[in-house]
Amino acid sequence: MGALTVRDTQFFRRWMAAAADVVRREAARLTELDSPIGDADHGSNLLRGFTAVESALASEPPATPGALLQLTGRTLISTVGGASGPLYGTLFRRAGKELGEAAEVSDEQLRAALQVGVDAVAQLGGAAPGDKTMLDALLPGVAALATSYRAAADAAEQGALATVPMQARKGRASYLGERSIGHQDPGATSSALLLGALADAAGEGS
Amino acid sequence: MSTVGVVLVSHSAEVAQSVARLAQGLAGAGATARVAAAGGTAGGELGTSSELILAAAREVDQGAGVALLVDLGSAVLTVKALLEDEELPAGSRLVDAPFVEGAVAAVVTASTGADLDAVVAAAGEAYAYRKV
Repeated sequence: MGALTVRDTQFFRRWMAAAADVVRREAARLTELDSPIGDADHGSNLLRGFTAVESALASEPPATPGALLQLTGRTLISTVGGASGPLYGTLFRRAGKELGEAAEVSDEQLRAALQVGVDAVAQLGGAAPGDKTMLDALLPGVAALATSYRAAADAAEQGALATVPMQARKGRASYLGERSIGHQDPGATSSALLLGALADAAGEGS
Repeated sequence: MSTVGVVLVSHSAEVAQSVARLAQGLAGAGATARVAAAGGTAGGELGTSSELILAAAREVDQGAGVALLVDLGSAVLTVKALLEDEELPAGSRLVDAPFVEGAVAAVVTASTGADLDAVVAAAGEAYAYRKV
């Protein structure tokens, strides 16, 4: 990552626009992944959430990266309707709080803030790596942010693929026991999409 | 007398409302605690709505605290996230208790004028009651 690059509010606006776009494109696939091991609503829930985020960012444009991420998090908590709402909401809200009121942030500040956000997600959900949850994409993804946004997106994608042979230990899928094995986790999949959107915003798209 | 309020959060509006009626019914005619149901999404589907939870908590809040009982998954996580963000009324607490039995215990105890600690403890003790 370029040490001198700074990221302004417009960068974060591009990230959320790219996130809403990819959720729109992939909503059907996310819901399909959620059918055998979940309640078949992950795609439609995230679509409702990120559509609401787009509206919120347009109607009350935040002045700073931190304010933008916090508004994103609050909106997701109030609109998603499933467990991914408070989880992603906590990720963005905590990261936004970490960025404070700075008008521009460095890549390193963003990396550190997202790490705080992911740690808060782990604490809220009580999941550990290997439990077949969004953490299995978020943790390797955020760890690879020190290299580049592209590396983070790729690591998260690999993390999502690696959930296929795992047995779920959190959430509704955990009730299925061994029958949860062989399915890719929808939350890990959407996490990889969100980090892919971040790489797009940084001009490091695949 | 201000009593502890009780909020019942379920993925289903019908479950939340029915458990509220059940708890008030079993608590008896003298049950004075305020109870509010926050079930399903704002659109009437299965799920969790932070708006409905906040509205229910404000409805039952009399300044003595609010005990929130939840079913599972997003209901648990949404209440936790709202507590962390300090959006719920002061003195709101997520109760670790079985939903139905805990609701009955919470409403009965709150109706005696007991404080929030006692209400939370009574609801949590419902876990200790073995059925076989």
